[in-house]
Amino acid sequence: MTSAELTALAAIGEGKYGQAFPSFGPERRGAPVMAFVRVSETPIVTREKVYEPNIVVVLDPTLLKIVNVEAGLKKGGIVILNTSKSAEQIRKETGIKAKLAIVDASKIAMETMRVPITNTTMLGAIVKASGVIGLKGLDEPINHRFGPIAQKNINACTRAFEETKVVEG
Amino acid sequence: MSKRIGIEVSIAVADAVGLCDVDVVAAYPITPQTHIVEHLSELVADGHLNAEFVPVESEHSAMSACIGSAAAGARTFTSTCSQGYALMSELCYIASALRLPIVMAVANRAISAPINIWNDHADLMYARDTGWIQLIAENGQEAVDLSIAAFRIAEDKKILLPVQVNLDGFTLSHFIEPLTMPEQADVKKFLPAYKPALRLDPDKPVTFGPVGMPDIYTEARKAQDENLKASKPIIQEIFNGFAKQFGRQYKLVETYKTEDAETIIVGMGSIAQTAMTAIDGMRAQGKKVGMARVRVFRPFPAKELIDAIKGAKNLVLLDRVTAFAGGEVSGPVALEIKSALYDRKLTPKVGNFLVGLGGRDITIQNFEEMVERVASAKDGELPAYEFINVRE
Repeated sequence: MTSAELTALAAIGEGKYGQAFPSFGPERRGAPVMAFVRVSETPIVTREKVYEPNIVVVLDPTLLKIVNVEAGLKKGGIVILNTSKSAEQIRKETGIKAKLAIVDASKIAMETMRVPITNTTMLGAIVKASGVIGLKGLDEPINHRFGPIAQKNINACTRAFEETKVVEG
Repeated sequence: MSKRIGIEVSIAVADAVGLCDVDVVAAYPITPQTHIVEHLSELVADGHLNAEFVPVESEHSAMSACIGSAAAGARTFTSTCSQGYALMSELCYIASALRLPIVMAVANRAISAPINIWNDHADLMYARDTGWIQLIAENGQEAVDLSIAAFRIAEDKKILLPVQVNLDGFTLSHFIEPLTMPEQADVKKFLPAYKPALRLDPDKPVTFGPVGMPDIYTEARKAQDENLKASKPIIQEIFNGFAKQFGRQYKLVETYKTEDAETIIVGMGSIAQTAMTAIDGMRAQGKKVGMARVRVFRPFPAKELIDAIKGAKNLVLLDRVTAFAGGEVSGPVALEIKSALYDRKLTPKVGNFLVGLGGRDITIQNFEEMVERVASAKDGELPAYEFINVRE
């Protein structure tokens, strides 16, 4: 939810329209949750869930075994993964055919922030793979949200931006 | 200059209540209202809001404390939903009968069982007959604006009634979205300091809420009803004043592409947004569909609604609650509308749909299907109401 929220806030900060919302389950840290984001140049006048995303972001690589993350993905859509594996390996294991963006966000988060929380790290991958928001636009919402530990998060995000590999589908 | 920001709607509502300079907040947390109350508690604790925050032990106590506080002349706010509302409801009747201008945000949620924390309008309808004014927001901006307008409405000398600001739980309360926060100075101009006509004061003793014997109860009830009736045009005037101050105009009934519409959807709350997007799609296919949205459910703006829908051949009336009435009469929103149609001898084809119960998503496709269902139905084919999206 944090990365969804920050993506929407960054978009709004850039003068665009953004909307983020959780999947509304009883949320617990570590439990699988879904969150949705819409970003648009024009006002967003809908509140249905996102059924046909342009982008799917998977923060926890173990979910690939239990969820078909490509379900509903629009033609030309991107799957952005936190994984230590190569794109070939991922395609072989999961059958994902779409455009892939991969980054070892868990490793970056551990090395940069010493925690296995990849919300802000994955934002770098979202920026690199999609361009829906700019890297700079994230500074303000990350600073506002994380205060004294914001810089670590920005560092992790920036490093993920640099290390994300985009592989056409 | 008021600034456009991205913010969670619950936080924005709490900030708006803060801008209204409330004196007392008494509330008990319940999902999905929690963030509103938590943030108000933060504002008070951090010294940004000079108010008394009363962390009561239940919703029953919350409304009891609000009644005491408002009767003593303090600007008073609370927030709840669902089971919490059910627990406080006994006191809600008293708040309106004592003419106390309390404002309450309701983050609308289903009522158990099954236990369900998600959004529908069960609590909004539960509150229907309590004598409160009920305002309904469709998006974050409206939730903020109506929270401010609510105090002005509640405290108007000709109204003096408690006001509910309904915002859909999760689908509004937990959304991050852009909105413009009003400036404190503008809020001050729009909402003058609260000066109660009567208050509990040891130096000038008055009685609030004495027993009403059979020789006076009917008169007291009629007086309260007259008051709610009289509030309707004043609410619109206050909305007009709000527009002058803040540039955003609200109406008792809002319309969207209704002028030439053959089919009109009538609904309340955040699903209207998805409906309007669905209407744009249907219009692009040449289907003449529009929407009327009920902004104020109590007092019910029957005249304004009929004016908006009287040209339609087909009506799609949405209810977001299960009305256990036995199947031969419609849901609560549809009942009001059918009654108003009957009084004016209007007989469009009417479909009443129970949608979005307990957090079930309502999609653009759902709207297309409901419009098609009514438009293509033969006379007498449509039941008093029907559930949609049911797995059987």
